[in-house]
Amino acid sequence: MIGTAKGLFLARSEDDRRTWEISGPEFPMTGVYAVAVDKRGDQPRLFAGMTSSHYGPGLASSDDGGRSWAEPDHAPIAFPADTEASLRRVWAIAPGPADQPGRIYAGVEPSALFQSDDGGTTFELVRGLWDHPHRPNWGEGFGGQAIHTVLPHPTDGAAMLVAMSAGGVYRTGDRGATWSADNTGIKAYFLPDPWPEYGQCVHKVARDPENVDRLYAQNHHGVYRSDDGGHIWKSIADGLPSDFGFGIVAHPYRGDVIYNFPVTADGMRFPAEDQCRVFRSTDAGNTWEALTTGLPAGPYYGVVLRDAMCADDSRTAGIYFGTRTGDVFASRDEGESWTRVATSLPDVLCVRAASL
Amino acid sequence: MITILVPSALRSDVDGAARLEMPAGGSLAAILAEMDRQWPRLGRRICDEQGQLRKFVNIYVDGEDVRRVEGLATPVPDGAEVQILPSIAGGAVG
Repeated sequence: MIGTAKGLFLARSEDDRRTWEISGPEFPMTGVYAVAVDKRGDQPRLFAGMTSSHYGPGLASSDDGGRSWAEPDHAPIAFPADTEASLRRVWAIAPGPADQPGRIYAGVEPSALFQSDDGGTTFELVRGLWDHPHRPNWGEGFGGQAIHTVLPHPTDGAAMLVAMSAGGVYRTGDRGATWSADNTGIKAYFLPDPWPEYGQCVHKVARDPENVDRLYAQNHHGVYRSDDGGHIWKSIADGLPSDFGFGIVAHPYRGDVIYNFPVTADGMRFPAEDQCRVFRSTDAGNTWEALTTGLPAGPYYGVVLRDAMCADDSRTAGIYFGTRTGDVFASRDEGESWTRVATSLPDVLCVRAASL
Repeated sequence: MITILVPSALRSDVDGAARLEMPAGGSLAAILAEMDRQWPRLGRRICDEQGQLRKFVNIYVDGEDVRRVEGLATPVPDGAEVQILPSIAGGAVG
């Protein structure tokens, strides 16, 4: 699934990810900022969150692999009247743990978390986070003020982590009733106090698949790891050409393996050193290597946004990324080599991949 | 009765209809509320969940831009034509 600034494109491969067939756009002239594949049920359900600048946000699902899409008659995600807030955009769609098959989370703009217990047909605002005393002070990044990362704990159904720009990382251990800001060690260089309790502009957080208390974060300058479930963070940016970027991806089942696409700087949003390179660490961020085989060799100017890199769930993991210049690349060998899946698409905002 | 003219981009939300007939109901707010009740997918394209007209949706009652009249309080008399049009100020980037 390839969400772009002008609709959703689908890429299908029938030959173990060697060649791809592109279709779309679905939802033309909408920005598709969030897509997801939920494989917990009898059949995979695809989700797409789209925003029309004219007609507002929406959330659609497909139970036939993206061949047809449906939106409920009612608005699936809507702020209650007493909040006086209106949904601007869905930024994250996250299926819940395996033992909660109907549970779907949505992170949205303005910063709020919604949850569904009927597979994504209706959602309810998570009041514990909406009523958090920090909320009036949460800031706004260039992309808006949104919860863009939702990481349910894979084994503890009461625990989860969200991240927002700006605001940082928040965690709950009691099913969303209460939340704590957990940003110790993450720098907010753009604030007078660069080490606040909250207010950091965390761009993305990924969870290690083997050590579920190990987390990785790409910050608005800064790349970090937490080894205690997200409480304390330490830098793992040494070895990267830049500590700026948007996305960070964990290998789907190999611990300590992560992927990153460095961007030069906040004020210079081009790929680091103008090169189209993915950086991989196989030791939880202690060292990094550039992966370039099959990627464009010359100067390259399309950056990878926070959700525009992902892994699939195949036995030999595939890694994918799309750029703001409309290219999509895939690796069927965990990043060793890459092929171009699509080119000249609209700005790629998000990608997700799965075997169906 | 009043007539609502549906822009092409939203006709899939009303089974392809270009025109909808509704009983006259006083203000534009009342018309939109009834429209939301009958065609909720169309309704939420026009107004957000707090009932506010979306920024880049324009509504004309008998040719008058309601934002230049009384907004959602604009009267919609029997026989009126309510035209929904996307603003040229909206649209995707590029």
